[in-house]
Amino acid sequence: MDMINHEQRVDIDVHDMRLLEAIQDGLPLVPRPYAELAQQLGMGEREVTARLSLLQMKGVIKRFGVVVRHHELGYRANAMVVWDIPDQQVETIGALFGAFPFVTLCYRRPRRLPVWPYNLFTMIHGRDRDEVLLRVRELVAACGLDGVTYDVLFSRRRFKQRGAHYGIGARDGDPRSQRFGIS
Amino acid sequence: MSNVMPLLSEIDRRLLDEYQRDFPLSERPFADIATELGVDEAKVLERFGYLKRLGALSRVGAVLRPNRVGASTLAALAVPAERLEEVAALVNAFPEVNHNYEREHAYNLWFVVTASDQDGVQRVLRRIAAATGLEPLDLPMLEDYFIDLGFSLRWI
Repeated sequence: MDMINHEQRVDIDVHDMRLLEAIQDGLPLVPRPYAELAQQLGMGEREVTARLSLLQMKGVIKRFGVVVRHHELGYRANAMVVWDIPDQQVETIGALFGAFPFVTLCYRRPRRLPVWPYNLFTMIHGRDRDEVLLRVRELVAACGLDGVTYDVLFSRRRFKQRGAHYGIGARDGDPRSQRFGIS
Repeated sequence: MSNVMPLLSEIDRRLLDEYQRDFPLSERPFADIATELGVDEAKVLERFGYLKRLGALSRVGAVLRPNRVGASTLAALAVPAERLEEVAALVNAFPEVNHNYEREHAYNLWFVVTASDQDGVQRVLRRIAAATGLEPLDLPMLEDYFIDLGFSLRWI
């Protein structure tokens, strides 16, 4: 019950889960944040930092540190830019895209023909729409993608935004979901 | 929600820009940062608190790799313009839904569905189809190419 087994999964135990839950809104801003978490979770301070270190090594935590808010820092425009990249090239192009500093997500997803021909998804932030479009042209030029079909889906209204609920926190009959910050 | 960039000091900018990854796992991480920046621990804590209240800082914490924990998918609906608000509210009512955005496309409503496993995700998609009368596109992540090194404020 402690292990989550699935093809892409790695072993995370309930203590890791509780730790991830405890830091979902960030470290407490106190001189010894890990000691405070440790007390809250009934672990040792060293155990908390060791688990966080291990979760990073295992790749469960992709990045541990400051998470900024783009919008508040002046990046008012964002678009999901979707690309129809030939299957044999998608790996290479995906890796190239993922390295540009203004690309903040880069995923391969399935096409759903005939309604949805795109297989590579990027998120691009800019101060305004023009800057986002400039970045898109930069990607096309830098990666030699002339002739590739893409579409730019600017975001308009935000109806909901919060950390993900995975509903894996249920324990002792507690149906409460756990939230994680995935960006 | 205004641009807070002009309100940031040099220390604020460095805190936001230089500690996005490999945050110290030491007993007193804020003291370590303070030493690096040539200020004291109390100042670092005070500035992080300020940045959080300002909205520039979301959190000092973990960004998780998608699909290592639980299951999720990106879903989209092509909603007739006159039904958009009604359908957005129907979709929002599902606790498994987060990041629900209107985007400029025939598929104009985009949201993420998360659950403990793949069956759970599929169940939610079926319930959304039933509730809205619209068939969602189901676009699960197959590969993640994004090496998250943080969002460099330097390239601005």
